Amino acid sequence: MSTSHHHDHHDHSELSETELRVRALETVLTEKGYVDPAALDILIETYETKVGPRNGARVVARAWADPAFKARLMDDATHAIAELGFTGRQGEHIVAVENTAQLHNMVVCTLCSCYPWPVLGLPPVWYKSAPYRSRAVKDPRGVLKDFGVTLPGDVQIRVWDSTAEIRYLVLPQRPAGTDGWSEERLAELVTRDSMIGTGLAKQPGGHA
Amino acid sequence: MDGAHDMGGVAGFGPVVSEQDEPAFHAEWERRAFALTLAMARPGGWTLDMSRFARENRPASDYLAMSYYQIWLAGLEQLMIERDLVRRDEIAAGHALHPATPRPVLHAADVAAGLARGAPTERAAQAPARFKVGDRVRARMLSTPTHTRLPRYVRGHVGVIDRVHGCHVFADSSAAGTGEAPQWLYTVRFDARELWGADTTAGEVSVDAWDSYLDPVEAAGALR
Repeated sequence: MSTSHHHDHHDHSELSETELRVRALETVLTEKGYVDPAALDILIETYETKVGPRNGARVVARAWADPAFKARLMDDATHAIAELGFTGRQGEHIVAVENTAQLHNMVVCTLCSCYPWPVLGLPPVWYKSAPYRSRAVKDPRGVLKDFGVTLPGDVQIRVWDSTAEIRYLVLPQRPAGTDGWSEERLAELVTRDSMIGTGLAKQPGGHA
Repeated sequence: MDGAHDMGGVAGFGPVVSEQDEPAFHAEWERRAFALTLAMARPGGWTLDMSRFARENRPASDYLAMSYYQIWLAGLEQLMIERDLVRRDEIAAGHALHPATPRPVLHAADVAAGLARGAPTERAAQAPARFKVGDRVRARMLSTPTHTRLPRYVRGHVGVIDRVHGCHVFADSSAAGTGEAPQWLYTVRFDARELWGADTTAGEVSVDAWDSYLDPVEAAGALR
């Protein structure tokens, strides 16, 4: 990133060591011809600028706006999502699960960090962290509280632990007062967390 | 492997802390470690399950102390060293010191197509599924020393087949290098009180489980 590893050596020696190690590895692997540095740049650019939760928001907005698409999404999410051009790595087998007034879904990977990349991008740090991985399956209401979300007591919570290659996308409830909205406008209400199940869609007017 | 990575239900990790407007990466080295890991699977020839095992297979204290991409980096180094793609003296020197062997390489021109294709794990079924939706099953008491995807918190507990996903590459075999050995894969739904007792705030919890993780539970009265 910079020359900071020279003078940060005492304050952040661990980070600097890691930074130097990654540089060393990349140099060795490039010299040996095992990696094409331009391929690395494209991989990074893809997940930094192209693939992220805006993709998932478009899927959700379409499901809210188009009942036939929603039916296809619930029946075979992988193929329905491919209609929007989102396919591939870590989304080879996607299942959509729908929130209702009685049921709230939450997705976790207790064993590592499985996450539906084509629709949500790379997972945030908290999703990969021990607090979330340990508590989501046992105390999802406590986890929701950490996110500032309280659900009515009569709403049942269903937690999906992604232990194989099936990836889950939560279809959040459509906010009231959005009748007739375009897909573009609806997509603005769909947050990343609402598609994991640690949040709800935003209400029109700006409240989460 | 009953390691520190198997975190479901473990107490004491504190609250979930999310970051506003979190970037995809927090440092340049994370970008490079991520991309190196994806790119090296081509010349390395390892499966995703092998790389998961390389990450989780470390002392519990290390696993819990390392950041996410530090674990990725350690896993990548291990996979490469095991296959003699890189040696420790080269990492220390920061330069290639030993000849390379011919290997396929992920070229820039192939990245987009490769990502869009992914690596589907479903395979043609060789036999009908043993279970159908609604069947009661018990997660087996397995303590596999190598990679497995049956979390400790469901072992021994009774659940219901919720979905049948077709035959999928069996993670345990794929990680061990003994082949794809596809098996039927199911979503198994558990009443959260069956797993945790009355204090849980979950209603139901499900895992995705391969056939060999499960035993049938006969309906009451059907045994004799």
